[in-house]
Amino acid sequence: MDDFLVIDHISKSFGQQRAVDDVSLTVRQGEAFSLLGPSGCGKTTLLRMIAGFERPDSGRILVAGQDITTLPPEQRPVNTVFQNYALFPHLSVWENVAFGLRMSRRPREEIRSGVDRMLDLVRLSEHARKRPAQLSGGQRQRVAIARALVNRPQVLLLDEPLAALDLKLRQHMQMELNTIHEQVGTTFIYVTHDQGEAMSLSSRIAVLNSGRLEQVDSPASLYENPRSSFVASFIGDANFFTGVAQEFQHEGYVRVLIEGLGSPLVQSNGAVSSNQPLRLMVRPEKISLTLARPSSGERVNAFRGVVEDIAYFGSHTRYRIRAGEHCILAQLQRSRFSGGEIDPARGAEVWMSFHPDEGRVVRLEDAA
Amino acid sequence: MSARRQASSQWLLTLPSLAWLGVFFVIPALLVFVTAFRPADLQGGVGPGWTLATLDEIRDPAYLPIIWRTVWVSAATTFFCLGLALPMAFHMARAGQRQRQWLLLLVVIPFLSNFLIRIFAWKSLLHPEGPLTQTLISLHLLPENAVLLHHAGAVLLVMVYTQLPFAILPLYAAAEKFDFGLLDAARDLGARPRQAFSKVFVPGVRRGLISAGMMVFVCSLGQYVIPQMVGGVSDDMLGTKIAQRVFSDRNLPHASALAGGMMLAVLLPMLVVAVWQRIGRKEGA
Repeated sequence: MDDFLVIDHISKSFGQQRAVDDVSLTVRQGEAFSLLGPSGCGKTTLLRMIAGFERPDSGRILVAGQDITTLPPEQRPVNTVFQNYALFPHLSVWENVAFGLRMSRRPREEIRSGVDRMLDLVRLSEHARKRPAQLSGGQRQRVAIARALVNRPQVLLLDEPLAALDLKLRQHMQMELNTIHEQVGTTFIYVTHDQGEAMSLSSRIAVLNSGRLEQVDSPASLYENPRSSFVASFIGDANFFTGVAQEFQHEGYVRVLIEGLGSPLVQSNGAVSSNQPLRLMVRPEKISLTLARPSSGERVNAFRGVVEDIAYFGSHTRYRIRAGEHCILAQLQRSRFSGGEIDPARGAEVWMSFHPDEGRVVRLEDAA
Repeated sequence: MSARRQASSQWLLTLPSLAWLGVFFVIPALLVFVTAFRPADLQGGVGPGWTLATLDEIRDPAYLPIIWRTVWVSAATTFFCLGLALPMAFHMARAGQRQRQWLLLLVVIPFLSNFLIRIFAWKSLLHPEGPLTQTLISLHLLPENAVLLHHAGAVLLVMVYTQLPFAILPLYAAAEKFDFGLLDAARDLGARPRQAFSKVFVPGVRRGLISAGMMVFVCSLGQYVIPQMVGGVSDDMLGTKIAQRVFSDRNLPHASALAGGMMLAVLLPMLVVAVWQRIGRKEGA
């Protein structure tokens, strides 16, 4: 089912502030989907509207064809894993997980088997009698997931599920969440401000910026083909240049005149007219550095610059290169047999080059 | 600073209040117990020597209905106070900063006027010629010649009125620390608002409930002005009797024996609750 969860022209304001501004998107059944954006972008408000804690000013929310826009939270086929887990401190782990089933007055036997199975799934069976305060952060989170999933929701909402965990645990829980998602097959919707989290957890991501939807796409498409400079800069690092469209080489490519740098040839990402102002984006790792001018002819965009700063990260090295008024970030991966690559020192003069397919034209209106 | 040094400096800091409690509470309380074992003299003082006779006197079966009334009026007061204070504390803790300050002010404002004056105000309110009785009769909510004053109901009403702030304040303190996100979690898991309140909020503030309940119950046990002023002849409570023994009968040992007995009856359950709470805290840790 392609439109299992439908967000249909949802808007919500708090006083003067438009928290969510005419957002529409659909989530497929069984999909792991992320709402990604900086704090204040409206992702949490959107989550609270799906869960039923906020009522949208306009628009509709549908789950499996049922309009749930006006249902109170307790009547929605949706459960939430809260950011701080919100476990009931006066109840044991077992009773926390049983809470939802008790509320829906399931038979005793069903509650027992359901809770036991869930605790087994999140590997917490031996902690069933403990209080939440006696558990570690990762264990608490697994209780919160079990407590939500035991009700067999149609949609599971996870609000910043990894934010409260330290780095090692976060990486571990990332894999664990993917495993749980594969096992239960429920539709998961993550809300996060961390692009790495969104990219590793979900098959599609909706990027939100100040209440508006910027782009919905797979992680790879968002990274490779960002449609706006906001998406380009929020997901990964990017070099931006503003320039003017010069002439058309052939279908899908455009030459952009960038003052003080040159006129690289890049993919046009849609229709572009001559003399139209444009914004050009190149990812740092797409830029290669050489001492001599690269010789592969017209298809390579090459510029001269001076290495201004070098930062070594182990798996890669970053160079800040100055070319007139422009300051360009390049990233090189170190491998012993790469060949042709260089190890420029600070102050060295180098050639930066990138293939026309690695440059992207992005929307200009929202200067990042 | 080492833990030991810190512990000893903490002792030093509590010394003044400990001394205060010792001089003005522990010693007088012990004197009350001691007086119960002294003979009464005719001038209203305490005679020489020691006796156990007073203990026999207070075993008078006439006290049984009074003790029973004292306990149930206090229990009912506690029940109504907690019932009213719980939703109040809930709303105060959820209110905005400004509204919260106003509500707090409203809760403590009765303390600005004298306790006796407030009881007198109730007396005239409930008086057969008073505005409340007259209005209710004219609205046919009360039969003609109905009497609100000098009635067990009046005692309960005024007791609840005077004790309510003592229930609201500790409950509000507990509710303020309560994580209201837990109510969202309860709703999310299928609880209706009422269920979320009773299954999550009430257990969440149970420590506040215990202290509020203790506070109201213990203070109610000792009340003697309210039953005397708004109650009827048969609405005496133990406190009223103690006051009578002191002021009209001028029998200090008898009053001391009653007061001492009541003190023991209050302190022993409190001790049990304190121990129970300590065990609960250890389990929770």
